[in-house]
Amino acid sequence: MEIRPILSALLRSKVSMILIGLQVALTLAIVSNALFIVSERLERMQRPSGMNEADTFLFNSTGFGQGYDVKSVQQGDLQLLRGLPGVVDATSIISVPMSESGWSTGVSLQPRQATSTANTALYMVDAHGLSSYGLKLVEGRDFRPEEIGFRSMNDRNVPTTVIITRALAARLFPQGGALGKQVYYDNEGPPTTIIGIVDHLQTPWLDADFIDNSSLMPAYLPYGNVTRYLVRAEPGRRDEVMQGVEQAMIQANPSRIIGRVRTMEQVRADGYAGDRAMAIILGAVIVALLAITALGIVGMASFWVAQRTRQIGTRRALGATRWDILRYFHTENFIITTLGLVVGGVLAYALSLWLMREYQAPRLPWHYVPVGFACLWLLGQLAVLGPALRASRVPPALATRSV
Amino acid sequence: MFSYYLQLGLRSLRRNPVLTVLMVVGIALGIAASMTTLTVMHMMGSDPIPSKSSILHYVQLDNWSPDEPYRPDGRPPDQVTYRDATALMAAGKADRQTAMFKLALPVQPDNPEIKPFQSLVRVTYADFFTMFEPPFKYGRGWDHEQDQAHARVLVLSKEINEKLFGGEDSVGRRVRLDGTDYTVTGVLDDWKLRARYYDLTVGAFNEPEELFMPFTTGIDLKQRANGNNSCWRAPNAGWEAYLDSDCVWIQMWVELRSPARLAEYRAFLDAYVNEQKKLGRFPRPLNNRLLDVNEWMADQKVVSSDVQVQTGLGFAFLLVCLVNTIGLLLAKFTRKAGEIGLRRALGASRREVFKQFLIESGVIGISGGVLGLALTGLGLLAVRALYTDYKSVATLDWTMVATTIALSVAAAVLAGLYPTWRACRVQPAAQLKM
Repeated sequence: MEIRPILSALLRSKVSMILIGLQVALTLAIVSNALFIVSERLERMQRPSGMNEADTFLFNSTGFGQGYDVKSVQQGDLQLLRGLPGVVDATSIISVPMSESGWSTGVSLQPRQATSTANTALYMVDAHGLSSYGLKLVEGRDFRPEEIGFRSMNDRNVPTTVIITRALAARLFPQGGALGKQVYYDNEGPPTTIIGIVDHLQTPWLDADFIDNSSLMPAYLPYGNVTRYLVRAEPGRRDEVMQGVEQAMIQANPSRIIGRVRTMEQVRADGYAGDRAMAIILGAVIVALLAITALGIVGMASFWVAQRTRQIGTRRALGATRWDILRYFHTENFIITTLGLVVGGVLAYALSLWLMREYQAPRLPWHYVPVGFACLWLLGQLAVLGPALRASRVPPALATRSV
Repeated sequence: MFSYYLQLGLRSLRRNPVLTVLMVVGIALGIAASMTTLTVMHMMGSDPIPSKSSILHYVQLDNWSPDEPYRPDGRPPDQVTYRDATALMAAGKADRQTAMFKLALPVQPDNPEIKPFQSLVRVTYADFFTMFEPPFKYGRGWDHEQDQAHARVLVLSKEINEKLFGGEDSVGRRVRLDGTDYTVTGVLDDWKLRARYYDLTVGAFNEPEELFMPFTTGIDLKQRANGNNSCWRAPNAGWEAYLDSDCVWIQMWVELRSPARLAEYRAFLDAYVNEQKKLGRFPRPLNNRLLDVNEWMADQKVVSSDVQVQTGLGFAFLLVCLVNTIGLLLAKFTRKAGEIGLRRALGASRREVFKQFLIESGVIGISGGVLGLALTGLGLLAVRALYTDYKSVATLDWTMVATTIALSVAAAVLAGLYPTWRACRVQPAAQLKM
């Protein structure tokens, strides 16, 4: 293989070589890190919330005026919702996963514990809660209607029973056997007994470090005159039920506003909007960057071919085959790309370190850089193919002509 | 000579259309990526009230649990308790001061054709209007006496005044909220804020509220705030116990017109907290803060790390585009060695050759800049579609347009400098001999 003539030719146009190499290096550093961020975001967006998202929607009802009795309206609403055609079940709620707003607290194993054992989100539901959210009970039992208390925001009474997620159970009782145990949701209050464990339910906060720790409590808890409902429709009938719900509610009681009617799919889309945007923006940068680099290689190789047309003709006249010419340009590209990639690999890890320091980003997994090597080698070879083919078609007779 | 070189430049660009398009598009993409992200970052983080940002200070007191700090890094709570807010208001030691929170209240329009609707209310003191200077269209804010008197008065935003009163001067008219009547004292004009800096605790890019109500009047409603509420220990039952609790849910701002006043107020706060310590409150070490507007925006990370990373990558992308352009220009100018040699032999100085090729790169820069500006517009549209709450920040202003053009010309000329320098070092004799 004629490496030496390639090298000596390259050394004659050092600057061009350095520029292409630098471009490849920067491309590798940026693309590998950007690709890692994109894959992280996509993975994050795949996380299950634990509830039925396909058939559920939620809405707020805000009562107004002096005669408004939130307690009786709420009971009537739940009756009415459960009776609507197409509805599987409905419950009163305070929050849903991915909505970024809700209630959290610490849970302790002992009363008056200085720091709590675990953090948890609180969901307030009635005896229709598990079925409306679509949760899978793996141990214990569901709430009974007589357990559901009516609370106001200014009450301090903690329910005596709770259903928690498997993750929270494991956190509180790593040895197992959480069912039936007593824990403390109010440091200075009475204990609460774990009566059931559900498979999975995320907290409302997507960034929470306790995202899998949720507790369901048996309570009706309106926020002033605001009540919020979660409705689960029969498969395929959600939109139809959702459309009629405002009118049905207003008919039952006109002194109120029905608002924030949202499907759980919308809640998910809103919750992950930032991650989706980041993935799309970085994806666009990756594509544009690869395109620019590929086009840069094409441009530079075309220029070299044009510049060396006479030399190519001479080589052909001296017996070099088309294949030799083609291989010359591919080898040249391979050498430049490889030099660029070696520098780029170092830059990629340096960029990753900087992101880790400035933004607490996780470390770039090692395999991104070798995969990037392979991709950019391939990209370089493909980009140089056109100009190289053109070079290989230079007729030997050209050597004998003058400019 | 300039126009002649410009003509030469344009002709040269036309002679090699593929290479020209490659260079122009390269610069345009780099410019668009960097300017789109820079615009969002600039709009998010720029000073929202330059005339006063250094004299408005956000009050933070550390009343948190003795067992763990509010934030793992030791920063104090980002809101204050009702008890402390009202004590500081009553002391009135700052040049101006206001405590505030947000309520969601139902509006019942008199006009039966308008359905009742939910509206967000900023519950605050009279000084709010003189501190943050929202523009008034009609009337004015309420006064300190009305703060004291729990007056049932409101200031309306321009939008809600359009909705309820068709945009007329509604000062003195009544608005019914949740069964109670309030009198309008003023109507705001357009009040566009990029970041709603006076309350960054929830939804920093949401618009200002539609209604403003005296703090004392809002507290009488005994309704929990529409915002964050954090307690390190559970409050006892009842509204009064909640007001008396260690729960933080109120934002507090003070205006302090000189560094001396700031120092005085700092001393006052320390004395206040030390006094409270004697009552058994504030179990943590003294940790009061009085950040100004820009410090508070930085503390609350108004410019998210995602936006910063995007901007960094945008500029790295521009760098790659520049390297690409340098390479292509170098190739192009090198091929013109013969032409340059001829010009030099005919008497053109190096200086003239330098000018000619610099103008050619300048032409590429301007074309790239114009295309880049158009692409930046598209990029911002995309950002607004992707981040629905960034509507107020993903817009171009004249500074950013000028920056874009300047950046692209600078980028292209910078990219053209080395190739141009190489071009004008051509030896006339060496080229003519061929």
